[in-house]
Amino acid sequence: MFDYELIVIGAGPAGLAAALAAHEKGVRRILILERDNQAGGILNQCIHNGFGLHFFKEELTGPEYAGRFVAMLAGTTIEVRTDTMVLELEQNRTVHTVSPLRGYERITAGAVVLAMGCRERTRGAISIPGARCSGIFTAGAAQRFMNIEGYMVGKRVVILGSGDIGLIMARRMTLEGAKVLACVELMPYSGGLNRNIVQCLHDFDIPLYLSHTVTDVVGKDRLERVVVSKVDENRRPIPGTEMVFDCDTLLLSVGLLPENELSRQAGVQIDPRTNGPVVWENCETSIPGVFACGNVLHVHDLVDYVTAESQRAGRAAADFIQGRLPQGQEIRLENGSGVGYTVPQHFHRDTDKLEIFFRVRAIYHNAAIRVMDGDTQLARFRREHMAPGEMENITLPKVLLDRAQHDTLRVEIEEAAQ
Amino acid sequence: MKELICITCPKGCHLKVDEQTFAVTGNACPRGAAYGANELRNPVRVVTSTVVVTGSEIRRLPVKTDRPIPKGKMFAVMEEIARVRVTGPVRVGDVLIANVAGTEGNVVATKNLP
Repeated sequence: MFDYELIVIGAGPAGLAAALAAHEKGVRRILILERDNQAGGILNQCIHNGFGLHFFKEELTGPEYAGRFVAMLAGTTIEVRTDTMVLELEQNRTVHTVSPLRGYERITAGAVVLAMGCRERTRGAISIPGARCSGIFTAGAAQRFMNIEGYMVGKRVVILGSGDIGLIMARRMTLEGAKVLACVELMPYSGGLNRNIVQCLHDFDIPLYLSHTVTDVVGKDRLERVVVSKVDENRRPIPGTEMVFDCDTLLLSVGLLPENELSRQAGVQIDPRTNGPVVWENCETSIPGVFACGNVLHVHDLVDYVTAESQRAGRAAADFIQGRLPQGQEIRLENGSGVGYTVPQHFHRDTDKLEIFFRVRAIYHNAAIRVMDGDTQLARFRREHMAPGEMENITLPKVLLDRAQHDTLRVEIEEAAQ
Repeated sequence: MKELICITCPKGCHLKVDEQTFAVTGNACPRGAAYGANELRNPVRVVTSTVVVTGSEIRRLPVKTDRPIPKGKMFAVMEEIARVRVTGPVRVGDVLIANVAGTEGNVVATKNLP
């Protein structure tokens, strides 16, 4: 007898949706473990709007989106333990936790959903040269300081990286009275959504320097200035192109990494392309009964997609607990030209339908996504526009899957004829 | 001619809008034409921010305007938001500033405060 039928690690949007979906399928003894002092995860600090257009069909702020899921917990038997840190997950689904209220505990579960989210890449991860002064923050850390703790982190700001959090912080700091001097992006295109470029940079006349990077950081105690240089097509700084910005704050929005310390320690197989677990179509990892969803699985652009994926994981965990296991031989998914990764990485042949999520490696116009079964084209989906910053998804119905002859299908991009 | 990037869908068409006639070119669909014209006539945005919480361990409460307000009024709205002090309880949707900066929009809470 397990202590709980289902343990969910993380009470962000992924964990909440997974727990609620499992509850809807009749699982009753559910425990969510959260290390912060409240449920909601990163949405609590994402006070801007634009969430929920797909799922709720209206535009909500992050706290409102999280609040709706927290409200749905009322009337369920789902238990949420906040201020609770998970120290270890074992293969047999024993979870070790520690909290101020309950001390150290070992809790066993019939199934586990991993929903730990992701972390920001830091200055160390991208090796920015220069002084080690204060005033350098990841964009998400600055967002937490401002929106939760109520501290203004600086007055003259340069942002490195054009990911969405960086763009959102450019607007946020400007509205609070800071001067954002520039947003600097290493790649020749932005990593953020177009709407954020317009609403967060253009609205406030903040210049975006594409194919540029920070090449020096100067400051004794506090940051005093940064040097920005243009880069060549191999992303190497070009001497003689230096621009100097006098600023007291540098925000980094240079990518997110799924947080899989617990998964790795438990022996969950990790895909080096996503930095998340290798999963089946039902979000089950390489350890039976352990599922993964949300940003711990792969980094998403929209919380709505996190919710949809997490509901699948929660329902699959319920199936596992109730003894309904997926059937059919394994078919692997391989990424062909232009495709960076796929989730899932493999699936059971007898699945009802297969949804595949992936990112392309470059910007494409009037291209197509092809699913190849050896040399045979199984399906083709036209796309007017694809970019690495926007997750793609395709759905293969059962009738198509039944036609597969090989044990590997390949997803690839067919470029438009010149 | 004013150049804009359409934000209606992820495609991000590069629009050109005539400042006199509001005629739009470069759009791939009718929604782009509507966005382009509106963006020049009366651009509006929802403003989100936080207000100071007193008498609680919680320091800030997130808020938003309950409708898009004229873009030019964003900083006036921010100034009014900066003057607000709240104590709990507050519910999501409670009006904290009515008719903020004369925009007819209200500033409402986006989170419950116990």
